[in-house]
Amino acid sequence: MWSRGVLLALLLTAGGARAEESPLGLGREATEAEVAAWDIDVRPDGQGLPEGRGTVEEGGLLYDDLCAACHGDFGEGAGRWAALAGGRGTLTHRDPLKTIGSYWPHLSTVFDYTRRAMPFHAPRSLTDDEAYAITAYVLYLNDLVEDEGFELSRANFMDFALPNAGGFIEDDRWSEPHYAPGLEPCMSDCLPGEAKVIGRARAVGVTPDGGGGFE
Amino acid sequence: MILPRKSFRLSRRRLLKGLAAGGVLGASSARAAEAPAEAPAGDPAILEPRPWSTSLGPGVEDGSYGVPAPQEAHVVRRTVPWLTADPAASVSFTPLHELDGIITPNGLCFERHHSGIAEVEPDGHRLMIHGLVGRPLIFTMRDLLRFPRESHVCFLECAANTGMEWRGAQLDGVQFTHGMLHCVEYVGVPLRHVLAEAGLRAGASWLLVEGADGAGMSRSLPLAKALEDCLIAFRMNGEALRPEQGYPLRLVVPGWEGNLWIKWLRRIEVGDAPWGQREETSRYTELLPDGRARRHSFEMEVKSVVTSPSPQAPVRHGKGPLVISGLAWSGAGRATRVDVSLDGGRDWRPARFSGPDLRFALRRFYLDAEWDGSEWLIQSRAMDEAGRIQPTRRQLQAARGVNSIYHNNAIQTWRLAPDGSLENVDVE
Ligand code: HEC
Repeated sequence: MWSRGVLLALLLTAGGARAEESPLGLGREATEAEVAAWDIDVRPDGQGLPEGRGTVEEGGLLYDDLCAACHGDFGEGAGRWAALAGGRGTLTHRDPLKTIGSYWPHLSTVFDYTRRAMPFHAPRSLTDDEAYAITAYVLYLNDLVEDEGFELSRANFMDFALPNAGGFIEDDRWSEPHYAPGLEPCMSDCLPGEAKVIGRARAVGVTPDGGGGFE
Repeated sequence: MILPRKSFRLSRRRLLKGLAAGGVLGASSARAAEAPAEAPAGDPAILEPRPWSTSLGPGVEDGSYGVPAPQEAHVVRRTVPWLTADPAASVSFTPLHELDGIITPNGLCFERHHSGIAEVEPDGHRLMIHGLVGRPLIFTMRDLLRFPRESHVCFLECAANTGMEWRGAQLDGVQFTHGMLHCVEYVGVPLRHVLAEAGLRAGASWLLVEGADGAGMSRSLPLAKALEDCLIAFRMNGEALRPEQGYPLRLVVPGWEGNLWIKWLRRIEVGDAPWGQREETSRYTELLPDGRARRHSFEMEVKSVVTSPSPQAPVRHGKGPLVISGLAWSGAGRATRVDVSLDGGRDWRPARFSGPDLRFALRRFYLDAEWDGSEWLIQSRAMDEAGRIQPTRRQLQAARGVNSIYHNNAIQTWRLAPDGSLENVDVE
């Protein structure tokens, strides 16, 4: 593991009397405008939300123009493009539908990701107001707001929790039985009887051509 | 002297017999002079002069970048077109079945992009560090080349590697089942040196790392990992990063899932909590049977696979000595042991490692087997320095269900058929 000493040393560099000095003196100080130009992330606690506002109705017009071709008129997803709505209550099903409404824990991610990366062919082209409007519309598509006049803004953004906000746990893989401490690899008679083939990739038949094989 | 036809035929038959019995070729000079073209006096590859031995080849290729022999043209990355909606947000797979040793050639390293390959101009590339720091800083590529440098050989595995195999055998080739994997020597600057330049403020515990591509690919990374062993790399296998691998700058996060290894790295923000980005909420989280999902499952688990023979690399030589070759790795550091089973997991024998044994690198193993021409169900099972043993598909399904998508490190089975062909199968 990382050494507490290293972290302490780094903290001292900044917090101590010599905060202005860097160990190597490389790089230059960023200007406020530079940081503002690139700092586009929004956190679940609202840190990073810009000023702005937009209604469901405005968002609907933008969505139909900029998003529906891939994500479907109702957020149901067109073809293999992702669905943005629906799927509530399917997480325990054999074929769960993971969407903003059914799976995503944070509304901030909708705003952050849409403004950062969508529409697919023109990332970073939305204004902050447009991102608020589209986020409001995505809430509407997921039946999380019902009024088309509803306006989402920095002021009321934190009032919304997505349905699956409590659905996540931290990594606990190491507590699984097959990782129990002290297990030794079995070397003989590890499973009963002769092995039986119970599934074959060739029967599924979805492998692309190429890459050798027997022919 | 002219031999009568009959006696020639006789002598030819005798000669063949002698060959079959392992006898030395007849020394009769008369025979050599008079043998017709089809006489099997030996291997034409030896007996007949080859054009490359009897002429001049091309000269040095001034100013060019060398490429593999034309006969190796099939050794390429491949895609699974139905997997994703658009090639700009898709994946290509490493041809593991064609490679040996542990290093992946740069041009064969699998790719995963979310907004295509960012074609970054290195002179105009900047790395920004800001947030909970003493001073927000900007570095040019030239600045970064003046920091103390390190070299590390690391595997990079996509968390979704083997992700199509949760329910059972799906794709018939190790390139497609395990090819979101490569192993490269990186040279770069330890991230802690760059953070030290900016200085950390109290409360610093997470970083947001972000790329310059259209997706603005972004992940939250625990500060502890950043200080421990992350590298800001600019070289792979000696040369500059390839554009599809993040030229001119990528993050190296040893042992952790590939999505964290931000390409075209341009911004690092220091904060006191994770950012809940799309790639750590909607994606790269594992849905469990009870409807809850695991998040922040960064480390890649102990895993191995036989790369040859495998469906794309069948046995063409028949019975007898057979080299079984494979790879083992673990995000805990080192794969310390590999066992191989030829009967679908009933009995196991230890494989032999060869080549470098480096933390967070792939490790190559071999089993020198004698194939009797019968059906084999070939499996490999790795153990790592944390003492964890690679689970069977059944064990993994029992613990996680079949909708996790990510972090499938189950034991793989290849069925070797008597005709030498191989197939991806499920066994019980
Ligand atoms: C040309 C097709 C296209 C258009 C138009 C488009 N998207 Fe997307 N969208 C995609 C693709 C492709 C992805 C997945 C990208 C990836 O995997 O990195 C995606 C992913 C998303 C996601 C994440 C889905 C998930 O489950 O993780 C959201 C949210 C999203 N888009 C919102 C929007 C919005 C809002 C718009 C309109 C402003 C939009 N998209 C326009 C293609 C498109």
